Amino acid sequence: MFILFESLDRDNRGCLSPDDFEALGGLAMNPIGGRIMEAFFSSGQDTVDFSSFVRILAHFRPTDRNRNKEGAQQELPSSRTRKLKFAFQLYDMDRDGKISREELLQVLRAMLGLQVTEEQLQSIAERAIQEADLDKDDAISFDEFKKSLEKTDIDTKMSVSFLK
Amino acid sequence: MDDFWAGALWSLKIWLYLIIILIMIPSMFGFSLGISEIYMTILVKTLEVLTHVIFMSLIGLIQRENGSMEKELEELRRSRPKPPVGGDFTLSDCFYFTRQGIESIVDDEVTQRFTSEELMSWNLLTRTNNDFQYISLKLTLVYGLGIIVRYCILAPLRITLTIIGVSWLVIGTSAVGLLPNWRIKFWLSELVHVMCYRICARGLSATIRYHNRENKPQKGGICVANHTSPIDIVILCTDGCYAMVGQVHGGLMGIIQRAMVRSCPHVWFERSEMKDRHLVTKRLKDHVNDKKKLPILIFPEGTCINNTSVMMFKKGSFEIGTTIYPVAIKYDPKFGDAFWNSSKHSMVSYLLRMMTSWALVCNVWYMPAMHQQEGEDAVQFANRVKSAIAHQGGLVDLQWDGGLKRAKVKETFKEQQQKKYSNMVVRDDSSSNSD
Repeated sequence: MFILFESLDRDNRGCLSPDDFEALGGLAMNPIGGRIMEAFFSSGQDTVDFSSFVRILAHFRPTDRNRNKEGAQQELPSSRTRKLKFAFQLYDMDRDGKISREELLQVLRAMLGLQVTEEQLQSIAERAIQEADLDKDDAISFDEFKKSLEKTDIDTKMSVSFLK
Repeated sequence: MDDFWAGALWSLKIWLYLIIILIMIPSMFGFSLGISEIYMTILVKTLEVLTHVIFMSLIGLIQRENGSMEKELEELRRSRPKPPVGGDFTLSDCFYFTRQGIESIVDDEVTQRFTSEELMSWNLLTRTNNDFQYISLKLTLVYGLGIIVRYCILAPLRITLTIIGVSWLVIGTSAVGLLPNWRIKFWLSELVHVMCYRICARGLSATIRYHNRENKPQKGGICVANHTSPIDIVILCTDGCYAMVGQVHGGLMGIIQRAMVRSCPHVWFERSEMKDRHLVTKRLKDHVNDKKKLPILIFPEGTCINNTSVMMFKKGSFEIGTTIYPVAIKYDPKFGDAFWNSSKHSMVSYLLRMMTSWALVCNVWYMPAMHQQEGEDAVQFANRVKSAIAHQGGLVDLQWDGGLKRAKVKETFKEQQQKKYSNMVVRDDSSSNSD
């Protein structure tokens, strides 16, 4: 992992800056590439050191599955929550713990670009909030987010397997 | 003191005579004394023994999930019933993009092509293995011996040869240029060119294997090849004479260019002329239509790629509408890495690296000529030729633009992704709105 960090760190300062991320072709192509980048830079800092880098990437480790006595498979609850939290933070830009309508609109705009009209965007956002917002405060909190995704197989979809 | 200088001079003379007899003259006339073959077999054996001893590490690769965007999003949404109105979006859609993004941080397919190929084994050069660890004393000794051999014996030899080769090129072509335009002039100029390139090739200890020589480019056509370094030119020209295309440089390169033009016509552009694409195309067309002129050599990728893949071909040379002769060049990385990373090394340091490698082994495949077919536009033609070259040379055929090495990714790629995603999300809207 450190080798990867070093190869990304173009100016060899021991930490990554936004330019290093922007130079990655695959990331620049990604519609929410900017959001993913922001997730690495916590609260106001403009560099990422190695330990933060590893901590963020650890969210994407495939979770180990425990077998309890009956032989059924269980995920470790903490890792699933961690992955959900990461995804939640991608939407919740100001980190206030809730996804407001504007924040949802912004992410949708990023993912769809200029391919849809403003009205279509509004209606999509409207419906998404209606579905997930259980206490009707016009925003999606983390618990509501978790609830609406409880049937989704997050583990495989948010894991990147590193082969060595 | 005098004795010392006399002795030095004498040994220098012997040195030069040896070089001329053993290397220059055979290479000028195209036969070999077998010395380089012996050298190569010794090298190969040594390296094989060493790889058994050494512990290697492979930089991790990621197993990319092979699902397309549609399939992935379908799976994510399977748990929810489809809503009747308002498009088809879920909060979990972002997972797909997030995963893509993280994968590209850890294993960037595009940028990888622009750094040198990671070797599976180590060839005592250290530059090609970024993970050099101290393994054993014996190994370090061998490595040290290798350094001495390479820097003190091989490098001076090669530098001498290259200097001789280049100066002979300049002198020879100028001399031929003085002759009037008889047929013998063309024959002589070809001879001079090929001879000088052969000397330069020996100067790099290049062993080149040519395949399918019956497909060699003819006059009045364009020769197209994949680009790894400026040495490609030397390699191709040892086997035949081509007309070069390029910018006019100053300094040493300028002298060489002017000398070459005297004996046979090349196409050199002023920097200002390069901007005008029509002018460029017209000059190339004129050159090609004159059947007596040599085939033009062009590298359509536009930049040096690290020889594991072939990137997008620029369509300019394919619009001229003449016969294209594709050539595939593949270097064997065991003996020396030929890739020129122009953002990392300057030209001089690159040449020095080349001269202190063990050797340069490469394969050149001449492929049958291709023409632009009916109803095929220049871009499709270029892609067809690119696939053929990639297939022949065992390289990966990529869609990326070589310009990505320097410029940032074009917005169009991002838009493509957005378009695909939006098709999935809003497709229901259009059906529900029409009534």
